[in-house]
Amino acid sequence: MSVVEPGTPAPDFKLRREDYRRFTREDLLGRTTVLVFYPFAFSAVCTDQLNLYEEVLDQFAAQGATLYGVSCDSTEAQRAFKEKLGITIEQLSDWEPKGATCRAFGVYFEKGGMPTRALVMIGPDGVVQWSWEGEHPGVLPGANLIFDALAAR
Amino acid sequence: MSDLGSAPVPPLAPDDHVRGEGSDAPRVVYADYECPYCAVLCHRLAGTGERWVFRHFPVKSKHPRAWAAACAAEAAGLQGRFWEMHDALLADQGRLEDPHLWARAAALGLDVDRFDADRRSDAVAARVQRDFESGIRAGVVTTPTAFGDGTMQAGPDAALS
Repeated sequence: MSVVEPGTPAPDFKLRREDYRRFTREDLLGRTTVLVFYPFAFSAVCTDQLNLYEEVLDQFAAQGATLYGVSCDSTEAQRAFKEKLGITIEQLSDWEPKGATCRAFGVYFEKGGMPTRALVMIGPDGVVQWSWEGEHPGVLPGANLIFDALAAR
Repeated sequence: MSDLGSAPVPPLAPDDHVRGEGSDAPRVVYADYECPYCAVLCHRLAGTGERWVFRHFPVKSKHPRAWAAACAAEAAGLQGRFWEMHDALLADQGRLEDPHLWARAAALGLDVDRFDADRRSDAVAARVQRDFESGIRAGVVTTPTAFGDGTMQAGPDAALS
């Protein structure tokens, strides 16, 4: 399994927002979305990655892109994680059925019971514009990769 | 340029902060004054005596006083005391509030009023932002990150292996 390729329509999926509402494919339409899949809340590497994106969130927004963090952690754990980091990036939970959305996007690591570290940018038409997946969870994608992808649209 | 970088690390600029003797192609370290791993790396680098470059990479959401500390170092630099302030900041990362910055400036014999105006100035902010942006382009995600010999290494042991 590997991450969805550019040009592919985003799959149907259901994630849970921080306020427990559903976040589905419909929510992608009409704007550019970057889904930031990360292995686990509270792991050190994820912390660095999301803190860095937070620093340049206004630059992403200026280019019309909205970022979301996605993991298989529960909504409660994600909220606590977000509060600990001091970030505003909304978190989406793939807790139940666990990993279903990650599988649909091709980023679920079965052995670890977690998403791989991956980025998926979806255009306003619901089609994947760009995707990236790390060779292993320790590989950190900088904000530059997202800026490059936004510039290449 | 690293595999995950979008642009090479910018070459040495006249106003870069360079320390030590030797190499024409010194290591370039992106770091944050509130980051304990950065303090460890900078201390170790000082011990080696090698020539290296410090560039700012303050991550505010992780380290709320990192940006203010970076600006304080730059403001001290405008009075010729960048490295003294750099050392003073890293030596006591638990005290980075404004009164602590003023106290350091006074202890270094700086013109404190000028220091305070400079650290809040657009020019100093732009100088810090320049480093931060170049780090982003080069693929820096975490601090400290060191570039040298065509490689990018992160963590307190970066540049020492």
